[in-house]
Amino acid sequence: MSFLVETILSGLMAGVMYSLVALGFVLIFKASGIFNFAQGVMCLFAALTFAGIIEKTSLPWPIAFMLTVGVMVAVAWAVERFVLRHLVNQEPIILFMATIGLAYVLEGIGDIVWGSDVKVLDIGLPSGASDFMLDQFNIYIEKLEVFAALIAAVLVGFLAIFFQKTRIGRALRAVADDHQAALSVGISLQTIWVIVWSVAGFVALVAGTLWGTKSGVQFSLSLIALKALPVLILGGFTSIPGAIVGGLIIGVGEKLAEIYVGPMVGGAIENWFAYMLALAFLLVRPQGLFGERIIERV
Amino acid sequence: MKLKHLTAGLAALAIASPIAVTTAQAYELTIPSLVYRTGPYAPGGIPFANGYADYFKLLQERDGGINGASINFIECETAYNTQQGVECYENTKGQGESKALVYQPLSTGITYQIIPKAAVDEIPIFTMGYGRTSAANGKVFPWIFNFPGTYWDAASGMVNYAAAIEGSAADLKDKTIALVYHNSAYGKEPIRTLEELSKKHGFKLELLPVDHPGQEQKATWLQIRRMNPDWVFMWGWGVMNQVAVKEASSVRYPMDRFIGNWWAGSEHDVLPAGEGANGYLSATFHAPGAEFPLHQEILEKVYDAGKGAGDRERVGEVLYNRGLIAAVWTVEAIRKGMEIKGSNEIVGKDVREGLEALDVTEERLAELGLPNFTYPVKMSCAVHSDPGTVLIQQWDAAGGDWKVIASGIEPDRDIIAPLIEADSAAYAAENNITPRDCN
Repeated sequence: MSFLVETILSGLMAGVMYSLVALGFVLIFKASGIFNFAQGVMCLFAALTFAGIIEKTSLPWPIAFMLTVGVMVAVAWAVERFVLRHLVNQEPIILFMATIGLAYVLEGIGDIVWGSDVKVLDIGLPSGASDFMLDQFNIYIEKLEVFAALIAAVLVGFLAIFFQKTRIGRALRAVADDHQAALSVGISLQTIWVIVWSVAGFVALVAGTLWGTKSGVQFSLSLIALKALPVLILGGFTSIPGAIVGGLIIGVGEKLAEIYVGPMVGGAIENWFAYMLALAFLLVRPQGLFGERIIERV
Repeated sequence: MKLKHLTAGLAALAIASPIAVTTAQAYELTIPSLVYRTGPYAPGGIPFANGYADYFKLLQERDGGINGASINFIECETAYNTQQGVECYENTKGQGESKALVYQPLSTGITYQIIPKAAVDEIPIFTMGYGRTSAANGKVFPWIFNFPGTYWDAASGMVNYAAAIEGSAADLKDKTIALVYHNSAYGKEPIRTLEELSKKHGFKLELLPVDHPGQEQKATWLQIRRMNPDWVFMWGWGVMNQVAVKEASSVRYPMDRFIGNWWAGSEHDVLPAGEGANGYLSATFHAPGAEFPLHQEILEKVYDAGKGAGDRERVGEVLYNRGLIAAVWTVEAIRKGMEIKGSNEIVGKDVREGLEALDVTEERLAELGLPNFTYPVKMSCAVHSDPGTVLIQQWDAAGGDWKVIASGIEPDRDIIAPLIEADSAAYAAENNITPRDCN
């Protein structure tokens, strides 16, 4: 029984880590209708910059963190200035293709500036198993993942307030609904896009830092986007709570499948099982668990 | 006055010209190097590529090349992508006077793709400790060499190390060995051997595949926690290694019972886990460190001249040394090929002859500046992988270095030889190859 509890808890914690990546996708999709293919690479780029600044300058990590936030804001500005501004009112597929290009550009710049080696990111975050849980209940929980859950809770609270209660948040939602209508009431599309890409860059930095602490900062970090996709399908592309709940369901589902079903079919099923789970939800509820239902008059 | 200077200059040029022409006309040996300095597997690809490149640079700087022939060293970036690797092969194979002499693909996927091409193009492939294990049978694979050991040697060596720690091979009975492996052709390579060894010694083998890239392995390590195996072996590469070492440390699995193969035992595999990685073991076939005379010479003649391929402080890392020994053996085969032909104007098939006649003794290693660095190797027409002897190294987190703790571990040849024979025979049958007569 304790093993089942351990599996479920580990799944929940892993799910939170996926949710952190999924949040970045949701933010940009919610505010601009763009599926940002580059979100995984943004996590990598942010973590690489953060670890790189610490390694090269020996600055204290809070200063390096703030500098990295500055870099991500600069990236957001550059994306708006050189890419999105020229693609206003284009088909979503064009914007999607632009983000594929952006992913490769960011990866290339990261490689040129910071190199391809694994960077150890040790900023004193808790790591290893929780001794208390292990010794008292014989249950293995990773301290870093508990910390990630707390961070995710804070982020979701902050983002919910930002979107629901602030003028900028409402403007973001207006732009997401209709670019032209938002422009006609005086909302600056350029400013909104810079803001939303900056916030997504900040979320990418948080996710990249946590994943980078876990495995070292390296180029395979960009592939964590693959873990976020089923979360998005399940939770809905426009819902912040959906990203969290979706992450938890995917995390628990894949761990239970790997441990209890995997041995019967040769193992290594958790990756495709997550997509199968998401697909099953998609068939029943195409907009995802918390996504906005699209109703059109005909 | 100016005219006088000009005349003197022209005269000097005229005298110098024949020398310059001779140098320009020195036979050029094309050595392609398929590298991956970018992409998710770059942390492993960079040090290997640096070690490989630095040795050729040293020869060019110190000796002007190899036996009077200059070196045309061509790096081509594969990003560890099979398609890009094949493109690199196609683009470089015809370059230069000698055309490509030998390839070191550094990827099992690329190796499998270029095995059939090598025979047609008459260029030997040196897959040092990776690639297709049964290529060790030179009768079926005349163009492929995978010394000094195969994955099956490594698997067997790891089992024999575990047996030695347990007391004897008989003490492995009823023990459990879990294999955590990259869910790919590479990761699955040792399974067949381990299954045979499990039958022979009576241990239970648990197989735990990890999907690419291996960033998330929680389910795998929860299963290890539950089954509590006596030993964990790992066949990983890239981020999978770092995450596995960290997870093992988190679930408090004893690190001195966790052995990675020789592609899961470099500095970057253990550093992210910090103190937690202390005691982690890995198989290897050469020593770590930069204390050997050859390293000192590279530092002095290549790095001090500002011509090193990488960072000076990374000379001597495990994968740097692997690239270095790959280059050393390659050059020895080139020298042997020149000796057999009686000329330095060799082509790929001469290097193949050199590889088959290769005999690098301990005395020769000492002459080359690598005393006690690795095992002597001796190839023949039939044997393309030898000796298969395994070393075990252990990570010392406090010291920040690897230390060899066991050497001379021999693989179970009575198990491995029939497997190589059977697998190569199946390949020969599938591809209508008549095995060579090596008698």
